Amino acid sequence: MTKADIVEIVFEKVGFSKKDVAAVIEEIFETIKGTLEKGEKVKISGFGNFNIRQKRARRGRNPQTGTEITIDQRRVMTFKASQLLKKSINSQPSA
Amino acid sequence: MTKSELIEQVAQKVSTFSRKDIEIIVDTLFDSMSRSLSQGDKVEIRGFGSFKIKERDGRQGRNPKSGENIFIESKRVPFFKAGKEIRERINNGKKDV
Repeated sequence: MTKADIVEIVFEKVGFSKKDVAAVIEEIFETIKGTLEKGEKVKISGFGNFNIRQKRARRGRNPQTGTEITIDQRRVMTFKASQLLKKSINSQPSA
Repeated sequence: MTKSELIEQVAQKVSTFSRKDIEIIVDTLFDSMSRSLSQGDKVEIRGFGSFKIKERDGRQGRNPKSGENIFIESKRVPFFKAGKEIRERINNGKKDV
């Protein structure tokens, strides 16, 4: 499933113009990204939480060349699925 | 930020839909993603990230309280990988190593 599929599903539900629906969906993801960028977490009840975590610098190795490198400290985005989503994922027969 | 705060912020920026419509759009959006994942499909949102389902085999475990051996059934777990754009944005535009 891609953004285009989501636009289609939402459009079928709410109608209006597909272009306007696409713009709102774009704005939803943009707002989430902007919030995370500020270091604030985003909690979507029933779906899950998006979080920003600070990673310390560490020694690493280029797996191709074996050269030792320093991996700078950085921030990473994480997602933790809600109980509801986890349950839903396991309620269906295996794919 | 909670879901209702998200709806509020989007409603302030978008004039084409009412707050109520935006609420429906946000709910439908996450609901459609949940459904897709529950069917075992992956969800890919360019610039944001992708969600995938991984299969975890059953394994022998132990109840940490009673010490009793138990079998943990196989299960499906959701996985998220952040997209390139957001990875760079949360690091002030710095390219990935």
